[in-house]
Amino acid sequence: MSQSLSRSIAIAGVAESDLGKVPGKSALELQAQAAHAALGEAGLSLKDVDAVFAHTDDRFSSLQVAEYLGITPRYVDSTNVGGMSNIVHIRHAMNAIASGMCSVALITYGSTQLSDGSRKSGAVAADSPSTARGQFILPYGHLSPIGYYAMVAQLHMHRYGTTPKDLAEVAVAARRWAQLNPKAYRREPTSIDEVMASPLMADPLRQRDCCLVTDGGGALVVVSAERARALRSKPVYVQGIAETYAHHYTPFNTDDWLDTGVAATAQAAFDMAGVTREDMDVVQIYDHFTIGVLQSLEELGFCKRGESGAFVADGALAPGGRFPINTSGGGLSYGHPGMFGIFLVIEAVRQLRGECGGRQIADAQLALCHAPGLVFSGNTTMILGV
Amino acid sequence: MMTNLQRPLPQPTDITQPYWSAAAKGQLVYQHCPDCQHWQFYPRAFCVRCGSDAIQWGEASGEGVIYTFTINRRAANAFMKTRLPYAVAMVQTSEGVKTMANIVNADLDSLYIGMPVRVVFEQINDDLALPQFQPA
Repeated sequence: MSQSLSRSIAIAGVAESDLGKVPGKSALELQAQAAHAALGEAGLSLKDVDAVFAHTDDRFSSLQVAEYLGITPRYVDSTNVGGMSNIVHIRHAMNAIASGMCSVALITYGSTQLSDGSRKSGAVAADSPSTARGQFILPYGHLSPIGYYAMVAQLHMHRYGTTPKDLAEVAVAARRWAQLNPKAYRREPTSIDEVMASPLMADPLRQRDCCLVTDGGGALVVVSAERARALRSKPVYVQGIAETYAHHYTPFNTDDWLDTGVAATAQAAFDMAGVTREDMDVVQIYDHFTIGVLQSLEELGFCKRGESGAFVADGALAPGGRFPINTSGGGLSYGHPGMFGIFLVIEAVRQLRGECGGRQIADAQLALCHAPGLVFSGNTTMILGV
Repeated sequence: MMTNLQRPLPQPTDITQPYWSAAAKGQLVYQHCPDCQHWQFYPRAFCVRCGSDAIQWGEASGEGVIYTFTINRRAANAFMKTRLPYAVAMVQTSEGVKTMANIVNADLDSLYIGMPVRVVFEQINDDLALPQFQPA
């Protein structure tokens, strides 16, 4: 994307809804709760919103959210490309705002999948039996997404000698961050041994290598940089952002499952932002599975290919570690209502505003958010700055 | 085999029917592009690499290696629960195709990446067989 759009928009409000186990509230009600709070931060109201971006497992999500909030927008986008979707929405909002199609974009997500019990088998809604997935994947009882990332972990261990302990380091670091975040769902102490003793789900991934299943919602308010400077909150500018895609749920044509297009996506975001990975103060990487963090660290270039196991050893990712990341506690311990992209952004914005109390990264000026979608099907990288 | 448990089964389309018809007769076929020599999976009406619509069906060797795999300790559906634990693998065939299958007739502890495997057909009913793989 053109460098001219770098810092053309800002995130002016962020909020999560009630999070964890939230019986008695619908996904839409959680999104509304977050939307009110995010707009309140910015000093804006629902009347100011003229664009709605939303994705849930339902179709027509943006219309559902707009109707519920009483908004009659002139721009909507219900793009659903998995857990990365809300970051993609920011990129799309950037274009819409730059071209004058809207001025105040509300981006939301919400789910009640813990209360619904809809993810008990670790499986997402199945496609029709005539689709590629229906014909060539589903008959074999493959768990998705867990099975795919288990296969990635198996490959990583085979090629590089990565161990279950390396994976467990990621889970323990996430929990140590969650202990510093009052909003996190799972805050009790844990250990490498405890993670490695949790039940196997799909070898080599164990239960505690997998993100939580929670209820929860989130909202972001995106406006032009100029408008953001007149609002109540401290603007956080989108300095670089990119998205790329490889496949849907059937990655038969992906040559190397340990080279999933992250590097090119991240480079495009760095180029747009005019910064390098070494400049990053805050790093938020989608942690759906522990192996996903190892893989992303390598493909993002924070360590060499095959060296992520050594890179994360001895609590490197945890508070006080050599490379602290995922400061909210992440999908592994803060919460994971099915799609986590929006929560990466919420935490990055709060870090850049200096609002994170005991888990604050000192003098945070630049943050990176990286998320894949579906089963290494797409990637988005965003650089935020103040 | 009759079972009370519903197993997700493929519903062929006109374009994929030759793959499933061959499997029902114990043959493994993939699409081959005469223009760019690409072996293609899954079936489409054109070559996804070069765009040619001259794509043809060709018999596959049935030989491959495990590209990567997992052992499921949780089942994706009620039918597969009766088979726990079971192996799901991405098999890379000698044609260069990546395809998914269960690794059957195998000691699950003996599976490894790079393990040579060979196709075997699991008969579901008169009209349908699933290509599976077993140690070669």
